[in-house]
Amino acid sequence: MSAEGHDHALDHEHEHHHKDTFITKYIFSIDHKMIAKQYLITGIIMGVIGVSLSLLFRLQLAWPEESFKIFNVLLGDKFAPDGVMANDIYLALVTIHGTIMVFFVLTAALSGTFSNLLIPLQLGARDMASGFMNMVSYWLFFLSSVIMVGSLFVEAGPASAGWTIYPPLSALPQAIPGSGTGMTLWLVSMAIFIASSLMGSLNYVVTVINLRTKGMTMTRMPLTIWAFFVTAIIGIISFPVLLSAALLLIFDRSFGTSFFLSDIYIAGEVLHYQGGSPVLFEHLFWFLGHPEVYIILLPALGITSEVIATNSRKPIFGYRAMIMSILAIAFLSTIVWGHHMFISGMNPFLGSVFTFTTLLIAIPSAVKAFNYITTLWKGNLQLNPAMLFSIGLVSTFITGGLTGIILGDSTLDINVHDTYFVVAHFHLVMGISALYGMFAGIYHWFPRMFGRMLNKNLGYVHFWVTAICAYGVFFPMHFIGLAGLPRRYYTNTNFPLFDDLQNVNVLITMFALVGGAFQLVFLYNFFSSIFYGKKAVMNPWKSNTLEWTAPVEHIHGNWPGAIPEVHRWPYDYSNPNHEEDFVPQNVPMKEGEEVLHH
Amino acid sequence: MTSLLVIIVLVLLAVALWQLTKIFDLTQVGSSSDSSEVATDNDNNIQGYLMFGFLAFIYIFTIYGLFKWGNLVLHTPASAHGAEVDNLMNITWVLIFTVQAITQVLVHYFAFKYRGKQGQKALYFADNNKLEAIWSIIPAVVLAGLILYGLYAWTNIMFVDEDEDTVVIELYAQQFNWKARYSGADNVLGKANVRYIEGANAVGVDLSDPYAQDDVVVTELHIPVGKKILFKMRSQDVLHSAYMPHFRAQMNCVPGMVTQFAFEPIYTTAQYRELPFMVEKVANINALRAKKSAELVAKGEPALDPYTFDYLLLCNKICGASHYNMQMKIIVDTPEDYKAWLKDKATVVNEVKAALAEPASTDAAVGSDSAAVKGDKEVAVTAMK
Repeated sequence: MSAEGHDHALDHEHEHHHKDTFITKYIFSIDHKMIAKQYLITGIIMGVIGVSLSLLFRLQLAWPEESFKIFNVLLGDKFAPDGVMANDIYLALVTIHGTIMVFFVLTAALSGTFSNLLIPLQLGARDMASGFMNMVSYWLFFLSSVIMVGSLFVEAGPASAGWTIYPPLSALPQAIPGSGTGMTLWLVSMAIFIASSLMGSLNYVVTVINLRTKGMTMTRMPLTIWAFFVTAIIGIISFPVLLSAALLLIFDRSFGTSFFLSDIYIAGEVLHYQGGSPVLFEHLFWFLGHPEVYIILLPALGITSEVIATNSRKPIFGYRAMIMSILAIAFLSTIVWGHHMFISGMNPFLGSVFTFTTLLIAIPSAVKAFNYITTLWKGNLQLNPAMLFSIGLVSTFITGGLTGIILGDSTLDINVHDTYFVVAHFHLVMGISALYGMFAGIYHWFPRMFGRMLNKNLGYVHFWVTAICAYGVFFPMHFIGLAGLPRRYYTNTNFPLFDDLQNVNVLITMFALVGGAFQLVFLYNFFSSIFYGKKAVMNPWKSNTLEWTAPVEHIHGNWPGAIPEVHRWPYDYSNPNHEEDFVPQNVPMKEGEEVLHH
Repeated sequence: MTSLLVIIVLVLLAVALWQLTKIFDLTQVGSSSDSSEVATDNDNNIQGYLMFGFLAFIYIFTIYGLFKWGNLVLHTPASAHGAEVDNLMNITWVLIFTVQAITQVLVHYFAFKYRGKQGQKALYFADNNKLEAIWSIIPAVVLAGLILYGLYAWTNIMFVDEDEDTVVIELYAQQFNWKARYSGADNVLGKANVRYIEGANAVGVDLSDPYAQDDVVVTELHIPVGKKILFKMRSQDVLHSAYMPHFRAQMNCVPGMVTQFAFEPIYTTAQYRELPFMVEKVANINALRAKKSAELVAKGEPALDPYTFDYLLLCNKICGASHYNMQMKIIVDTPEDYKAWLKDKATVVNEVKAALAEPASTDAAVGSDSAAVKGDKEVAVTAMK
């Protein structure tokens, strides 16, 4: 550590001290650490909203059309007269839950928090390449969040066409009331969101390429940075396609064009649309939509790599293979979108092609899973809460990923497509896994963000209840999917065929309620620790990466003196040539020390 | 009431656990140093054992689930291609369970076995090309097998030979019901487009098309056993999906285009009802319904009808507020019954003629229909405001 430069640096700081006002420090900050915190807290608020919506519709699914006081209180007389949830608001809840969780929590908050916090700190940069653009990115995200949440209060209800907003349902207010103002706000919010996401991604890519400290070659970057870097690239490639789809949909809705609509008879009249195709929209949507899964998952896997290596006190196994598999996943993710469309009416030959590319993705994913397991093998595991969440991620990633072999196979997809089997699959493999990754990141880097420690015992309680409830919710869900129960049904009481599934639905809801309630433990821990947590030391987890060489108190420019130089890879844990079980990246190689990895 | 009870229990449970952690915190008062929130040997021990416990939980829960819910899963396929789908499914399941069983043991057992101790060092094991090659190649080979089998089955199911002897039937979707159009003696569907929709011509058949003259439109689907049925699908408003789970069949209905799916039913409805698994399933469902009926009757509400099995066509693509109730009964007949059923159905052309002959009654029918539609429209208009 650059101890000699320390005092000198402090003087340096004092000389150039310019006063931060409350507004420049906490609101329109251009400091990446503050922006990371802003993203995190906005994300947590969005997460609370998103999860709460799901608990509401889980109540309806377990006890269909029963009266709950809370529905009337939250949804009002229009959507829950006498406390019975109306069928159109059910679809709205499902839609907004999906939108918020996928885009606002697991894309923006996950990447926004940890890319912003870690890219400059782990690479040894003073800040992001463009602090101003970074600030704009956050505020656009904030604006889009406000609009999305605001759309919940539109009189006719928010967007209700599912988070995939397939037209014509999303294009025609005659088809469902939520496709009026609610849908307009959804599209506006998403357009702003995409602008925000692109600014963030460009910033991450430019920073990674240009602002690495001396000695930080690409193959010495921590896997977190590799994951964020590749995620940003996928985002830049795919998000503009969603933007174009949204714009064309706005044209169809408002200016009478026919990109996605044709031959429609609704509400007693023939509409003028001619020649468009909803299948085109599906292609455009999933061209983003599938890479989006990896935009969500890769940062979580990056965080897990870092947390598992640090807490195993062991090098991550197969560092280069991990990078290769990130790159392979990124490449393949852009050519598999059609597996969402096997039965959309597109040519079955295309289905064959997409089956092939989709199942290929299982190979790099398997490599990653096995490499994590091997990293645990013969480690000296420090089972901190962050480590538990990372191990939990590996577990749910495998469980959820394996059922992808069924869904990615066009033949098998025919009968489970759009059933609860799909819901169970993607919630485990990307929802829960990414959420675990996010929790791991929060528990691990909380001291770096707030200078205080989270309470570990509350962390343990949080993890175990969440882990049991996550399996409790999503494991039984596979069965009701295999029984043929379609998703997005307000109730299945109209199908006596499904009467025997009702007990399972009740069990799922029970687990969901307990799991949801225990997130309060986390919220309490998080917010009280910001103010009253125990003060953190500089490197509490004895980690190798550069962020732990910066002082606990946040300062502009991150390091008071010179930026540390990097002399080795980030995974020299338990290196036999060194006494300590960790060797930070800025420690020079000893004379004659050999590199023990390739 | 039950829900209130559940919520109270949850809250109490949360309070109890919170108190527990507080007590646990207080026992550690002595160690107020800065690193007290980092896992100690004691923590590693407890969490390691919990990891092992969690492994047991996953295993027990999985086995419990298989026994308890295994029989809910769709059973014997009712179509000729269904056996192939289920066979591939079973092979895939064996693979999934094997991999899942092994990897979950490794993850959680390692987390238990290698729980850390202070002062210990881990093994420095950064890479091993042989190992990595093994777990790239094994999945690649296994997946190649699955892909080949899958593509073989997919091609058989999806590509229908033009010359094949099939019965052509149109499935017509609209918010929120299904109709079926039979192609008649010529086995060719007449031209159709939403622009022809008028009065009794509800699916928009081109009445001047010679092929359309013998077309018949119904709201209950009958199909003959042992014949390949080629379904042509249309939608008049939004996306729908024709899902026939017992036949392992599904295809979206897309406004503006015609999609298709073909299968051969192999059990008549009567035969399928007699299959032992179905007898058991129906008995189980009826037991549940009887229990529910007793509750309803006690509240002074009418009891539920007992359930008899029928094949169903469900909508499986979100299509609007009543998506959850868009269904059509499918009846698989013997060829003789099928012929007899279809014989005296009026053709669309005749229905339209009949409707024109007595304008008053059709007007009333159409009128009430569009009144309902108008109601929806008003909601939509307020939505726009």
